[in-house]
Amino acid sequence: MQDKPDAAAIVATVNAFLRETILPLLSGRAAFDLRVSMNALELVGRELVLSPASDAAEAARLSALLGETGTLEDLNQTLGQRIAAGEIGLETPGLIDHLRATAIEKLAVDQPKYSSYRRALGKK
Amino acid sequence: MEVTAAPAVPGVEAALAALAPRLAAGATGVCAVRRLSGGASQETWAFETSGGERFILRRAPSATWKSEMSIDLETEAILMQRAGAAGVPSPRVRHVLVPEDGLGKGFIMGFVAGETLGQKILRDPALDAVRPDLARQCGTTMAAIHRIDTSGIVDLKATTARSQVDDLAAAHRAGGWVRPVFDLALRWLQDRCPATVPHPTLVHGDFRNGNLIIGADGIRAVLDWELAHQGDPMEDLGWICVNSWRFGEIDKPVGGFGNREDLFAAYEAAGGTVDPARVRFWQAVGTLRWGIICADSTNRFSRGDDPSIERAVIGRRTSETELDLIDLMTGND
Repeated sequence: MQDKPDAAAIVATVNAFLRETILPLLSGRAAFDLRVSMNALELVGRELVLSPASDAAEAARLSALLGETGTLEDLNQTLGQRIAAGEIGLETPGLIDHLRATAIEKLAVDQPKYSSYRRALGKK
Repeated sequence: MEVTAAPAVPGVEAALAALAPRLAAGATGVCAVRRLSGGASQETWAFETSGGERFILRRAPSATWKSEMSIDLETEAILMQRAGAAGVPSPRVRHVLVPEDGLGKGFIMGFVAGETLGQKILRDPALDAVRPDLARQCGTTMAAIHRIDTSGIVDLKATTARSQVDDLAAAHRAGGWVRPVFDLALRWLQDRCPATVPHPTLVHGDFRNGNLIIGADGIRAVLDWELAHQGDPMEDLGWICVNSWRFGEIDKPVGGFGNREDLFAAYEAAGGTVDPARVRFWQAVGTLRWGIICADSTNRFSRGDDPSIERAVIGRRTSETELDLIDLMTGND
């Protein structure tokens, strides 16, 4: 699906409408809930932009680590099971690098203001 | 677990009005009754008696409800009374509810003025002067908590490092989510479980920035004893260092306002003994615990137990704890 404007652009436009037109009309609990909702919409916008590339990179790292292919969910499930069984651990080459990269990719979408994410990127 | 609906405000107000003469001499009624917060299990209300004295009501509307994790509100009231007597800053418990009060289970305490919001405690200019002293005050306060006599209190759960890690592993399996970082953290914690402490103490269980009332003079009250239990006192020192309670101030590990050296020094000056390795172990346990709570929020949202946008957003905070756990396991914290 390649129609324009794309989903991320539409989400950004909806969010601008909420911020500029709706938010000033609200107060109290409703205003608070709208702010939470707008933050959630921003998260959705970041996911739309970032997840195609980060999902592909995560799957490639998992395939290299596990020596098999599959869906992202399947590969993560296999990794979790092998860690729980003690077959893969902290000392396994590539594991921590992979997990750190994945956590950083998730935070780029979920919470780019989070302190340890910013520290991981070398920002204050 | 059935939770009956909370009575409407008029019901609460009438019941509090009937109690007013026993709370404050000469009081004939109550006013400014308002609900502050609360989920399905517990509610917090603020009100004033007719003479203008301010009170807080903490209650579970249904007398039958009890979470597996939480202690009874009656036990919480007893702990707060003993805490106050032991020198822990504590609101004074003024009345423990009985069935005839018509308010469910719970208690009424005196209102304590001050700030509870973690973000504001770290940024309010009015607290600039006291902020550098807070880590030390936390150490002194925790040492006092860990000396509280718990004899006669029957429903405090006895825990060990091993039992708590086992509980988290069970919650992780039951949750059904796919999070390899949690699997790795559980292995890491299982491999490093410290020996059971020879003398378990009372552990507050939720002592953190956000459960303290802070004023210009420092800690005025320790709140939310709901998760109190018996165990390793180092658990409280580790929990307050979890990054999620630093509100962005990552370089100030104690609640975002101080450093471990001050916390530890004050704890020892007040008669406690610090084991920094165990504190760090408990910080990792706490980080995983908060991660599992966040991940469980996703389940509660997806099942429709709590379809709120807030619940969904908390679910997406799980990744914060994943990076924090990786940092802890690699000594990069």
